[in-house]
Amino acid sequence: MLAFLLTLMLLLGIVIVLAYAERKVAAFMQDRMGPTEAGPYGSLQSVLDVLKLLQKEDIVPAAADKKLFKLAPILIFAAVFAGFAVIPFTPDLIPAGIGIGVFYLLAIISLDVVGLLMAGWGSNNKYAMLGAMRSVAQIVSYEIPAGLAILSVVMICQSLDFQEISYQQGVLLNRFPGLEFETNWLFGIEALGINTTNIGGITTWNIFRAPLLLVAFVIYFIASLAESNRAPFDIPEAESELVAGFHVEYSGFRFAILFLAEYSMMVLVSLVAVILFLGSWNTPLPNLTTLKFANWTTGTIGELSGILWGSFWLLSKTFVLLFLQLQIRWTYPRLRVDQLMHLCWKVLTPVALGLVLLAGIWRLLMV
Amino acid sequence: MTKSLLSGLWLTWRHFRNADKRRAPVPVMDGDYFKQPEGLVTLTYPYEAIPVPENGRYRLHNEIDDCIVCDLCAKICPVNCITIESVKATEDIGMTSDGTKKRLYAPVFDIDMAKCCYCGLCTTVCPTDCLTMTPVYDFAEVDIKNMIYHFTDLTPEQADEKKQLLAKQQEEMAAAKAAALAARKQQ
Ligand code: SF4
Ligand code: SF4
Repeated sequence: MLAFLLTLMLLLGIVIVLAYAERKVAAFMQDRMGPTEAGPYGSLQSVLDVLKLLQKEDIVPAAADKKLFKLAPILIFAAVFAGFAVIPFTPDLIPAGIGIGVFYLLAIISLDVVGLLMAGWGSNNKYAMLGAMRSVAQIVSYEIPAGLAILSVVMICQSLDFQEISYQQGVLLNRFPGLEFETNWLFGIEALGINTTNIGGITTWNIFRAPLLLVAFVIYFIASLAESNRAPFDIPEAESELVAGFHVEYSGFRFAILFLAEYSMMVLVSLVAVILFLGSWNTPLPNLTTLKFANWTTGTIGELSGILWGSFWLLSKTFVLLFLQLQIRWTYPRLRVDQLMHLCWKVLTPVALGLVLLAGIWRLLMV
Repeated sequence: MTKSLLSGLWLTWRHFRNADKRRAPVPVMDGDYFKQPEGLVTLTYPYEAIPVPENGRYRLHNEIDDCIVCDLCAKICPVNCITIESVKATEDIGMTSDGTKKRLYAPVFDIDMAKCCYCGLCTTVCPTDCLTMTPVYDFAEVDIKNMIYHFTDLTPEQADEKKQLLAKQQEEMAAAKAAALAARKQQ
């Protein structure tokens, strides 16, 4: 229960910062100023937006399928929020440390699609319906390359446990029960003979341990943009053609929930990318002979320093990725439906399949 | 393709990085007005504003003390937005600042700024230069009635008084005339 509340609070905080950042970043990239009036530099803007939304009338269209319409936002948010349960925030802080976290996460996020379809169908509005169908088609398709990219990580790491994958990517490797006698080799290749177990830092991140995961990371990142309906894959809510997509009929609190779910999805996919590819809560600084940067910036497990450093690195890496998401949104134009499907089925999926094969071979080199 | 994708990202990143530079509120007469290589283009308007040119045509102002109520402005106005009523003065009411003698009161001198097209014709014909354009351009109103500007310096009571004075004078003059006429007839 405590973990639930803490995660919810943390998530709300991040989403509010993110919504503000989105507007500011968008403005700066377009040579505008963004919010300036509410609070210093407009920093209270998103808080006020939420307050405004909460005061609004909760309209349920007369022709809507009321049960589906009312249930959908809750289902969408619950599906996304449930994904946070297996995210390790620090070396010893994870809301629910289950052994098959990766699998659980992929499964629970797919539920999102059901909620979207309920929202689109229940609204009884053609824009909502179109938006929901596009959204479902897109998310279901892009789950495949994303899943394959994740699978190659799982093969390299030989684990479905987010916490174990995290431990593998840093100087704390041998502190995880069951990994006491593991070693990290440079690029994961033992034959090179360079032991990086105690060097840590960026050299033990997954994209460095097995450089082909860099490709997997790019694939996963592109797919994750599509899964969270972000530009350039935002045809489900394409403002210029569908008004707002599946949530066009929602207002007030329900809209706030949908909005929250959308931003939570962004945060979640970025967190997963960081955990699987970018060293999770591990520091990027390696130990260099006597300068033990990695040890200094890791803290001690179980103490406050470990918690602070861990969450600091995890969140700052996540924010870098989130910034990249925002920047991509304000840089690239929206893809057409056929281009979207082309990219997914004819480019990303074959490459990801090849990656899975290569990851298997790489794993054989690692042991 | 990767190159064009990266150059796109580089472009937005450059704009993001230059977001600490701002447009300065320089007037249009300034040489740098059209030259802003980088930085935010927004001006936070009520706090900063671009100075307007001196010969700009904005809200009208009538210095009623200098107005001789000649009605020229109302006649030239292409949209008929100036309403003037005049009352002849019964006594000497002085001069305008450029030495023209004033003979009329203006109980009504209204300009409807909502109708005005800011052509400036009225200011050119005004013989005493009392009707002028000010640099004020931000005068939106919630109620459109407030867009009608009243420039008269007479209160309604004073206006009534002046009208009665004029009527009395005219009566007296008419009486005097009638008396004179009668006297002539008797001769
Ligand atoms: S500026 Fe033109 S439109 Fe306005 S009051 Fe003068 S003459 Fe009429
Ligand atoms: S033209 Fe000038 S002097 Fe004549 S009525 Fe108009 S404002 Fe007064």
